[in-house]
Amino acid sequence: MPETATLDWTAEMAAIRDRQDQAAFARLFSHFAPRLKAFLMKSGLAPDQAEDCAQDVMATVWKRAALFDPAKAGVSTWIFTIARNRRIDLARRGARPEPEELPWTPEPAPDQADVLAMQQDSDRLTKALAELPEAQRRIVERAFYGDLSHSEIAAETGLPLGTIKSRIRLALERLRHALD
Amino acid sequence: MSDIKHHITPALMMGYAAGGLPEAINLVIATHVSICDECRASLAEYESIGGSVVETTEAAAMSAGSLEATLALLGAQDRPAAPKRPAAHGVFPAPLRDYAGGDAADVRWKSLGGGVKQRILQADSYGSVRLLKIPGGVAVPDHGHKGIELTLVLQGAFSDDTGHFGRGDVEIADQSLEHTPIAEPGADCICLAATDAPLRFNSLIPRLLQPLFKI
Ligand SMILES: [Zn+2]
Repeated sequence: MPETATLDWTAEMAAIRDRQDQAAFARLFSHFAPRLKAFLMKSGLAPDQAEDCAQDVMATVWKRAALFDPAKAGVSTWIFTIARNRRIDLARRGARPEPEELPWTPEPAPDQADVLAMQQDSDRLTKALAELPEAQRRIVERAFYGDLSHSEIAAETGLPLGTIKSRIRLALERLRHALD
Repeated sequence: MSDIKHHITPALMMGYAAGGLPEAINLVIATHVSICDECRASLAEYESIGGSVVETTEAAAMSAGSLEATLALLGAQDRPAAPKRPAAHGVFPAPLRDYAGGDAADVRWKSLGGGVKQRILQADSYGSVRLLKIPGGVAVPDHGHKGIELTLVLQGAFSDDTGHFGRGDVEIADQSLEHTPIAEPGADCICLAATDAPLRFNSLIPRLLQPLFKI
């Protein structure tokens, strides 16, 4: 059951955050570290450098566990952004300024329905990526390996974009309404 | 709620989410996303694709003892705190303030003639980004037309054949777009303009001034 599998990552993150659970961290590590290492090697890092970087990213996942919000992003997405930023630091090709953060009200226990919906959207997107025709999938992958310039990225990749976007937009509208 | 009509293109947003763009272009996108909910949601979507790419990448074996080595790195966890980059009130969103050294009133402008002022914020061999301040009725300087060019309006407005650009709107042009944007009457138009062509100081000024004399 892939959905349950993905939900477990959110549960492992909560165990890491609430109980500093090293066993939960070990399970997260055994899933994500080898994928991060492969991802970083495809991004141009040498195997030993990719290994060090993957370890470093996983240690950052531990350190920042309390900042992970499962209603805003999936676990794999959050880990990807940490790895991306680390790769940019290593490349020394210039910074990537971040947008300003919104004053999200920090909710100790995010709405379970929101968390579940976000996980399902993420799963759907991962499935859609895997099912893309080979050539289109390669373009998306190469873009995320940092292997394509923006002018080489085809604007239309055939991904069902808009599922997570509409969910985030609803959350933003709720937030703006609350701030008015 | 928002009047922004000209947004970051899907290809550029994917490039920003992936982390493969020049710093100059990144700054324009980070500034636009700061004030555009539509693009903030779109960025979240593209970052999710990044998560899916990691998830579907065929795993590479970690070295023996890598988990133990990582466990040895683990220390205290960060506590959740207030946003490290809270929303700024004023003309410039937070990422732009970091580069400009403050808000619009704090910029140390350099005159380009014709009432046009600029401030170069960052330049390297991958691109350059600058602030421009243009009085109403004056043409927006051409900043290169080699490669891609992003112009984000922060105050006032400009317009050209392709439309009207007010606060938050970003015009994305490449070599194929022949256009002469003109600042609209009213408050000085302040834009953040970036190109992925390297900045060449010896040819910059004449090229910048050229469009001013076309009108
Ligand atoms: Zn936008």
